[in-house]
Amino acid sequence: MAASGRIRRFFRTEQGIGMLLVSPTALYALLLLAVPLIAIFVISFWTQTGVRDFDTAFTLANYKEALTDPLYRQLMLRSLMVSGLVTLITVVLAFPIAYFVSFGVKPEHKSLWIFLITIPFWTSYLIRVFLWKVILGYNGVLNSGLQAVGIIEEPLSFILYNVNAVIITLAHAYAPFAILPIFVALEKIDRSLLEASRDLGESRTMTFLRVTLPLAAPGVVAAVLIVFIPTIGDYVTPRLVGGPGGLMIANMIQTQFLRLNNAPLGATLAVLAMLIVAVIAIAFLILGNRAAGGKKGARK
Amino acid sequence: MKSLKTYAILYLIFLYAPIFLLPLFAFNSSTIIAFPLESFTTEWFTELLTLSEMHGALLNSLKIAVTSAVLATTLGIFAAMAVSRYSFPGQKGIMGFIMLPLVLPEIIVAVSLLIVILRMGLDTGAWSVIAGHTLICTPFAIAILQSAFAALDPSLEEAAYDLGETPASTFRLVTLPLVMPGIISALLISFTISMDEFIIAFFLTGAEPTLPVYLFSMLRFPKLLPAVMALGTILVVLSILLITIAEFFRRRGAKRTGNDTGGFL
Repeated sequence: MAASGRIRRFFRTEQGIGMLLVSPTALYALLLLAVPLIAIFVISFWTQTGVRDFDTAFTLANYKEALTDPLYRQLMLRSLMVSGLVTLITVVLAFPIAYFVSFGVKPEHKSLWIFLITIPFWTSYLIRVFLWKVILGYNGVLNSGLQAVGIIEEPLSFILYNVNAVIITLAHAYAPFAILPIFVALEKIDRSLLEASRDLGESRTMTFLRVTLPLAAPGVVAAVLIVFIPTIGDYVTPRLVGGPGGLMIANMIQTQFLRLNNAPLGATLAVLAMLIVAVIAIAFLILGNRAAGGKKGARK
Repeated sequence: MKSLKTYAILYLIFLYAPIFLLPLFAFNSSTIIAFPLESFTTEWFTELLTLSEMHGALLNSLKIAVTSAVLATTLGIFAAMAVSRYSFPGQKGIMGFIMLPLVLPEIIVAVSLLIVILRMGLDTGAWSVIAGHTLICTPFAIAILQSAFAALDPSLEEAAYDLGETPASTFRLVTLPLVMPGIISALLISFTISMDEFIIAFFLTGAEPTLPVYLFSMLRFPKLLPAVMALGTILVVLSILLITIAEFFRRRGAKRTGNDTGGFL
């Protein structure tokens, strides 16, 4: 009775009410995210024996196969390269936009600009990817346009059904993801710091490099992670515009699960992909923090 | 700043280029999706009326999107209220985990749910798509609702308690009306995400496809592509409409306190 009384009292405190309120959502995430993620980890050590049957004896065979088969290794490396390049392109292209909206647009027009930038993100992903196929195709918009103005005679064929097409399409799809965090970080910069730097005789460029850029670093780090992590698992883009040479790890995971009926191997590939992404993300986070801190130290 | 503005406008054109092409091909009489355009037609829109399989998929998607939006917003209200009012042990970790689907590749969510469902001996269907969509929509709902709850003045609720209202009636009479713009915005955003989501639906939909899953299967038939363009045009117009309404409500909510952060994400 004493214990239940204490529990009842706990749920009347600030902490208790907070816990109670968050519990339905937390429970949902626990059951539908934590449990499935643990399940996929466990199954990666099993062997498939039938349509829905598994040999549950612990084995590392799937990991051995995933790490030694050149096909899987190639897909994994290509996925990493594609998401790395897509991240680099989107963040480099996005920074000037975020900077322009934060510093060059009147305050009352800022949310309109941000709204305009985010709208394409909310329109059908499938349709957008498919339209890139239309744009980049052999008889596509780009080729017929370039032919019409006489820049090229033969249609360019290196822009569809390969890795280039995957990179262009993904860079387009993830653009708003890169702009928003950088914009938020730039908005937080105290404008008087920039004035102080100019008053102390720094040039506009040096002020940007030594004050604005280091202060925007957390936004850039967030942008890199928010683009890099989901792109590595993209399925639709490589499938529609990648051709056989542009397929990525998510396509193989899908094949293992839905076509080859080898869920354990698919699970292994999924676990490995998540592990690699997590390691890279954490390493980047540490490096990013150190870089931002290092620059601060250099300012003296 | 001038050259930056030119760059920004070019960038916007790049962002919108695919969407602008959509209606061009949707109203073009040629059966091939390429330039030059032939003549104006609404044939592809009327063709959509004859695709009965698509109508089933549309209904299925609507059902899933409405249910997921209501569930995600409800779960979002609980979490947003908890973090904006109270601090509790493990808050950062718990919230970080709830928000994880924002960055987790959807294919991971899809296959891990599929495995659990199959292991439990259940069959996939609309219910499992709803379960998955609720999971990925909840973080978006929380992000929107959190700013709505943060904007709320707690003294209004205290006044209601002092006047003898119970916690339940205070929530219904005071809190709910004040955060309503945020709730509507969260519902619309979740609905839009669910209507558009492909990967989770592709893995978990079972025998009844959702609209994006059906659309994906249409892409394999060149004959159907003009109809895809027509369907795409309708979907894009509807999403833009819904998002604009959501933005209107979100801003109306934000305006009351003057802390407009400028976006959903």
